[in-house]
Amino acid sequence: MPEAATRAPLAALGRAAASVVGLVGQIALLGRQMLSSLRRGQLDRTELVRQLYKMGWQSLPVVAATALFTGGIMVIQAAPIVQRYGAHGLLGWGAGFGTLREIGPLLTALMISGRVGANNTAELGTMAVTEQIDGLRALAIDPFGYLVLPRFLAIIASAFFATVVADALALVGAAYAGSWLLGVEPGLFYSGLTSGLLGFSDVAHGLIKSVVFGGLIALSSCHHGITTQGGAPGVGRSVNATVVTSAAAIFGADYLLSFVIQ
Amino acid sequence: MTDPGPDEPLEHEPSLPPPPRRAELGRLGEAAIASILAARDTYGLFVRSLYYTVRGRREPGAVVRQMYEIGNRSLVFVCIVMGFIGMILVYQGGLQTKRVVPDLSQLGATFLEVLVRDLGASICALMLATRVGAGIAAELGSMAVTEQLDALRLCAADPVDYLVKPRFLASVVMVLVLTVISSSAAYATGMFGAQLFFGINPRTFVNFALVDAVDVATGLTKCIAYGAAIPLISAQAGFAATRGSEGVGTATTHAVVRSSLAVIALDFLISGAFWVAFGDGSE
Repeated sequence: MPEAATRAPLAALGRAAASVVGLVGQIALLGRQMLSSLRRGQLDRTELVRQLYKMGWQSLPVVAATALFTGGIMVIQAAPIVQRYGAHGLLGWGAGFGTLREIGPLLTALMISGRVGANNTAELGTMAVTEQIDGLRALAIDPFGYLVLPRFLAIIASAFFATVVADALALVGAAYAGSWLLGVEPGLFYSGLTSGLLGFSDVAHGLIKSVVFGGLIALSSCHHGITTQGGAPGVGRSVNATVVTSAAAIFGADYLLSFVIQ
Repeated sequence: MTDPGPDEPLEHEPSLPPPPRRAELGRLGEAAIASILAARDTYGLFVRSLYYTVRGRREPGAVVRQMYEIGNRSLVFVCIVMGFIGMILVYQGGLQTKRVVPDLSQLGATFLEVLVRDLGASICALMLATRVGAGIAAELGSMAVTEQLDALRLCAADPVDYLVKPRFLASVVMVLVLTVISSSAAYATGMFGAQLFFGINPRTFVNFALVDAVDVATGLTKCIAYGAAIPLISAQAGFAATRGSEGVGTATTHAVVRSSLAVIALDFLISGAFWVAFGDGSE
């Protein structure tokens, strides 16, 4: 009996590890399948435009609200450091590098994952459990080209453009929060931003991250969507699994990318 | 067998769709009204949860179960993510600081200050908003669409007392606990990263000089506010679920987006309030 008691947690750990590895493998296979069907040009362009509208354009209010608050938070966090050294001209730099390199892409990706990724899984999952995906196959319509690939591309594009918008709005929010809370003129803020301490590489760093985050969100949400099983509760479980997988993948990728791209 | 062109049906169609601008404006107004109603419902849940905390049934078992569900089940996930975050922040912060001042001896103290005052609580809460928020909304949402909530009401049991209050109390406690544990994890990996990338001695890195009572109070206020906001917002989204499984999916999405947005907005408001009230606190 004591043997079983010590073995059970280890076995659970092993099962958890095996299921994580299995998930990564399945998602990688899905990615390869997407790339090959993209190369063969099996893409429904009308569906792509519809998904871009739904995922990109309709996420803008949430992204904009997040970005404005984020800019304000970055300024409040940079404020004590700026006041300690009396370097008001550096406020733009302090808030700017954090926003452009890390917080902008990260928070935008989390928002896109919550809003778009979860919704996409719920849609694909409902289609899977009601056998609509098999129905498409029976009509000789490739579910990848028609359903999955447009969503995949639309999520990546949404993440990229949402990050561009979020970066810009976060800096505007930061400039006005700085003038309101610290009395730093927005002009001084913008000159600190462009004084040469921040370059295009910092913006590019954030945007490369956003594309990778978009890809991860898209892969995990499409994977969990089309593999949904077990009726309505299964859809709920898939949505939950998508949100957790995307968040973990985003932070893991953020960690790796911070070292890989300078 | 002539296939009608895509433009042809329009000529036979007497009723045109409404002009696109008004449709967009209408959608904006609908969204605004919906969010005001959701905010009012969430406030109602807040008041009723507080009421039942004082006057409701005593059921410690339910609270402990929810604490296990919210706390223990999220611990590994939150600690791993915060561990990564600690190392990234030290690395990025060190790189940027080196562009301006060559001296990195204050890196650890500054990192600890930012972690205590803001990032520890906020990033932990963002993680929990996705994990815990989605879980609560999915659970209560499926109860709502399968009419289990109505069954509870029929038994003269308020679903807020049975379902929301335990989650509310458990979340307020566990967000605080998880924030403290995962921030320690982030600081430990940050220390390791500082040693690895910049050769900063851990003894130099562990420096409590910049953390004062105001920073700790700001961090704790945020923990409690996030811990209260996440379950209430998610429960409201779950209760509002209609129309079967699709409705549960929508509820989950709403819960995650609104909880994350609430965390960010509360972060801004609390940081701003403490800044206005206490200045930078280091004098």
